[in-house]
Amino acid sequence: MEGGFGSDFGGSGGGGKLDPGLIMEQVKVQIAVANAQELLQRMTDKCFRKCIGKPGGSLDNSEQKCIAMCMDRYMDAWNTVSRAYNSRLQRERANM
Amino acid sequence: MDSSSSSSAAGLGSVDPQLQHFIEVETQKQRFQQLVHQMTELCWEKCMDKPGPKLDSRAEACFVNCVERFIDTSQFILNRLEQTQKSKPVFSESLSD
Repeated sequence: MEGGFGSDFGGSGGGGKLDPGLIMEQVKVQIAVANAQELLQRMTDKCFRKCIGKPGGSLDNSEQKCIAMCMDRYMDAWNTVSRAYNSRLQRERANM
Repeated sequence: MDSSSSSSAAGLGSVDPQLQHFIEVETQKQRFQQLVHQMTELCWEKCMDKPGPKLDSRAEACFVNCVERFIDTSQFILNRLEQTQKSKPVFSESLSD
């Protein structure tokens, strides 16, 4: 994945002219991937802490249930935070 | 801070205005998302006990308050630093020593 930026741009810019539409598409995809990775990493960290007390020989049934629930709650939390932040921004913009 | 970055981008000459606008909008969106990631992680520690079958209203209220107070804290610190800088500029003092 590293170096993807340079190689992608180099490939499409052979004639020295870059297609802005293509760049925008690629940037959008890369942003989406980066955000998914960010979420995955933080969610894994949080749910591991919540659900795995002492790491056993396998991920047992109750741990799996806990992780599944934790993932859903983390998404709820993410959406709640996003909404709260957004409404705060709206309010501050209205007060300017 | 966006105006400075856009003017430096314009200095390059041949930047497509549509592309430039796109980058500005996406950068803004990405800043928002990044802060949402950060605050979700922080507030999760403060507001979540054991994840239940749904996000209860108490936890939800805690998340909302957590976001509000985090932003308040950030603004308070910024303001106070500005104030203390005006009365006795610690940074420049330590630099001139």
